[in-house]
Amino acid sequence: MRHFISIADLSREEALSVLATAEHMAQTQSRSIRKLPTLVGATVVNLFFEDSTRTRISFEAAAKRLSADVINFSAKGSSLSKGESLKDTALTLQAMGADAVVVRSGSSGAAHLLAHAGWIDQPIINAGDGAHEHPTQAMLDTFTLRRHLRPGDPLAGLDGIHVVIVGDVLHSRVARSNVLLLTLLGARVTLVAPPALVPVGASAWPCAISYDLDEALAEGPDAVMMLRVQRERMVGGGFFPSEGEYSRRYGLTVARAAALPEHAIVLHPGPMNRGFEIAGAVADSPRSVIVEQVASGVFVRMAVLYHLLATDAREATREN
Amino acid sequence: MTERHAVPDSSAPESDATAGADSSRVLGPDEIRRALTRIAHEILESGHGAEDLVLLGIPHRGVPLARRLAEQIARAEGRTDTDDLSELYGALDITMYRDDLRSNPTRAPSPTRIPRSGIDGRTVVLVDDVLYSGRTIRAALDALGAIGRPAAVRLAVLVDRGHRELPIRADHVGKNLPTSRSERVHVQLSETDGVDAVDIVRPSAGEEARA
Amino acid sequence: MRTETADTTVTATPLLIRGGRPYGEDVQDLLLVDGRIEAVGTSLEVPADAEIVEAEGCIVLPGLVDLHTHLREPGGEEAETVETGTRAAARGGFTAVHAMANTTPVADTAGVVEQVARRGDAAGWCSVRPVGAVTVGLAGERLAELDAMANSGAQVRVFSDDGKCVHDPVLMRRALEYVKSFDGVIAQHAQDPRLTEGAQMHEGVVSAELGLTGWPAVAEESIIARDVLLAQHVGSRLHVCHLSTAGSVDIIRWAKQRGIAVTAEVTPHHLLLTDESVRQFDAVFKVNPPLRTAADVEAVREGLADGTIDIVATDHAPHPRDAKDREWDQAAMGMTGLETALSLVQLTMVDEGRLSWRDVARVLSEKPAEIGRDEDQGRPLAVGSPANLLVWDPRPVRVTDPAEHASLGRNSPFAGLELPGANRLTVLSGRPTVRDGQVVER
Repeated sequence: MRHFISIADLSREEALSVLATAEHMAQTQSRSIRKLPTLVGATVVNLFFEDSTRTRISFEAAAKRLSADVINFSAKGSSLSKGESLKDTALTLQAMGADAVVVRSGSSGAAHLLAHAGWIDQPIINAGDGAHEHPTQAMLDTFTLRRHLRPGDPLAGLDGIHVVIVGDVLHSRVARSNVLLLTLLGARVTLVAPPALVPVGASAWPCAISYDLDEALAEGPDAVMMLRVQRERMVGGGFFPSEGEYSRRYGLTVARAAALPEHAIVLHPGPMNRGFEIAGAVADSPRSVIVEQVASGVFVRMAVLYHLLATDAREATREN
Repeated sequence: MTERHAVPDSSAPESDATAGADSSRVLGPDEIRRALTRIAHEILESGHGAEDLVLLGIPHRGVPLARRLAEQIARAEGRTDTDDLSELYGALDITMYRDDLRSNPTRAPSPTRIPRSGIDGRTVVLVDDVLYSGRTIRAALDALGAIGRPAAVRLAVLVDRGHRELPIRADHVGKNLPTSRSERVHVQLSETDGVDAVDIVRPSAGEEARA
Repeated sequence: MRTETADTTVTATPLLIRGGRPYGEDVQDLLLVDGRIEAVGTSLEVPADAEIVEAEGCIVLPGLVDLHTHLREPGGEEAETVETGTRAAARGGFTAVHAMANTTPVADTAGVVEQVARRGDAAGWCSVRPVGAVTVGLAGERLAELDAMANSGAQVRVFSDDGKCVHDPVLMRRALEYVKSFDGVIAQHAQDPRLTEGAQMHEGVVSAELGLTGWPAVAEESIIARDVLLAQHVGSRLHVCHLSTAGSVDIIRWAKQRGIAVTAEVTPHHLLLTDESVRQFDAVFKVNPPLRTAADVEAVREGLADGTIDIVATDHAPHPRDAKDREWDQAAMGMTGLETALSLVQLTMVDEGRLSWRDVARVLSEKPAEIGRDEDQGRPLAVGSPANLLVWDPRPVRVTDPAEHASLGRNSPFAGLELPGANRLTVLSGRPTVRDGQVVER
């Protein structure tokens, strides 16, 4: 595994292997000294064209817990914002000796381009590219789901589990990566969204699609994943006549959460719009694992960094 | 894979790779049993009783060895409670502390299990099947340091094959086995491989040329 | 009436093309003298000073005419110039190109179109017929001085805002009416701007997976439907640029059945490539209109074969490397096409048995010349016609290497692809411009 760009490139074995390593990382994080020397001497660059404090900090924490050095390039106040091209930025990073690049961009395909254009020779981790994929998010969601729904079995897939994903699927890289990963590991997925927010080609996806949240929840899913919805886009983009109408039809209210099976958990990639796509009380309830997802994120990102960097690069090129 | 001065890959269970090469058996099931019995008694004699003792096996084959030693020690002390056993031994994965990660394919880490009572102030006995360069044990000492502060750390190995690259020595050795660098020591245990045996495998002509 | 552009200070020596097959039919020799076809037949009487080109096994076609090319000059010389673009055209077997108006400044006045025509004459690689913009500055707000451009030295007959759509229905109606008085034609780039805001690729299964904003087929079809009805209503000619969807083919077929004077073009790349090519996010495949589905490719091939689609036009759109070496949504749209067009038509249509070489002459030379009112182009390979022709060897198969192209643009989606056929000779007004892939420097 040379890069971590999209779930579409992962096999079931590779995904389970990274998740198993994440479990191991989680274990080490409850020791008195949480830092591991595994990546000492390596330099990980966070190349963030889009603002995202939480994802960037998560990757930074993951890299530092493995004793790697971290350099942050963010869009504001840098040559990036002055219009330096991705190509020139990549060439600069290569010259500066980055060992891995974590990239977050508003452009679908940016991570793929970095990995294959020939400007930079190092492993690339996709921290979110446009509306395309956010593979580490899907991994941490899966990690969290597995801990709750298949406890005690660090090698388990998600066979037999039903997950409902709700929100703006059209613009969501989290939705795309999750549909791919959850189904890869054997879960059943139902996407719930208003018709205008379901991509035209999504009927070809290996999941069910519903326009009715209550109907989907009546099936008693094991987990409900709420996607972050951009409020401004709903009304400004002409998708909904009012925010209230969106909340009424697609928000996870207290009543809807109460009707879920007892064991069911609620996830959200954050940041949340409390009261819009998810009621505050639901976000704070015992069945919400939203805070735990954040911790899972560090373990999963430690595992991804480990699999890409703590390995013989020649093996990776042989795979190519 | 040519034998380098890196830690021998004791973390990956091997298939029986003796076919076609020249191997000789140096320890059979009886000899292994006797060696472990002796080591168990040595541990008890050198320690101050089993209450302060924790045996930590290094995956993979160090773990069943640690368990066997724990059983012997528990029996010798007249303890029959299975709870006592889980407090007496565990596993310590050292993958994240290795110094040779980047020259090898990705290694999957194994679980670490430390007894609930922890290691602080206790005597930790690291248990492994083969002691060679000493780098595995160095990594184990680093891993221990992140978990707690034992009063003392000792080392018990089934086989010491020489060629140390670090100032590390075993306190308890099942058998000293002088070997040459081109030879391989192949350990099998019933828990992992179905049989108890230690073989020295001499390379075939082709392998010798590569070594 | 415009005359050909040959550099008349040098008289071309007589040229005998021997052993070739005009239109891929019977073997006939052709003798070219003083810029015209002097004789056609076997065992011709040949002047002593004649150059002889052996064309055994080759097809002889009338010089190709591209109704849709971007020469980028004035203003875009980093991407292409009239000089380099027409060299590329000549290498591709073209003896005339219609240069689109989306330059800087826009070709919306007599002055700019005359300048472009003069540049074409001076370069001398092929006839350059500038296309005039429909609206001032391509802004879609008010008509440009179409009559002035028609009467200028450039004698513009094709008008297009290509790059953008004339989306205001009233403006489109006025334009269709206006050009009737001088036998002009509006060439529409059919793309409803509201339905395609921020669009990056065809809207379908692939765009859903890749998370790229989609360009739905209906945004093309709805404009074509409206425009053919408008053309019918006002009794005007209409030409539709770069048709790309099955639905568009259906609409054109319906319109022609009703006798509406509409013509349509398809690009070579839309005859072969689909949106599956976008999966690697290589912006060389980014184009407007976008690559569509396999079903659309099949529909346009069928439309070209049965005449619903009248011509092939390249929409040659060169870009500098930096404009393509970028994230997909920041990259420029467009592919080069002049130097690969005939190979692609051979690959997708002739070798598949859907077009004969006679049909190729129709779709790549005769019909575009007719639509563009190019009087010296697309003429029959017969005695008396201007000597604008090419000799094409359909046999060789070569890997496409854009580094060999005369175009400044290296953005060819066919790089690395094996394509059939090679251009042996291009003749412009009796003078060879390209021999065996090399331009003939003067």
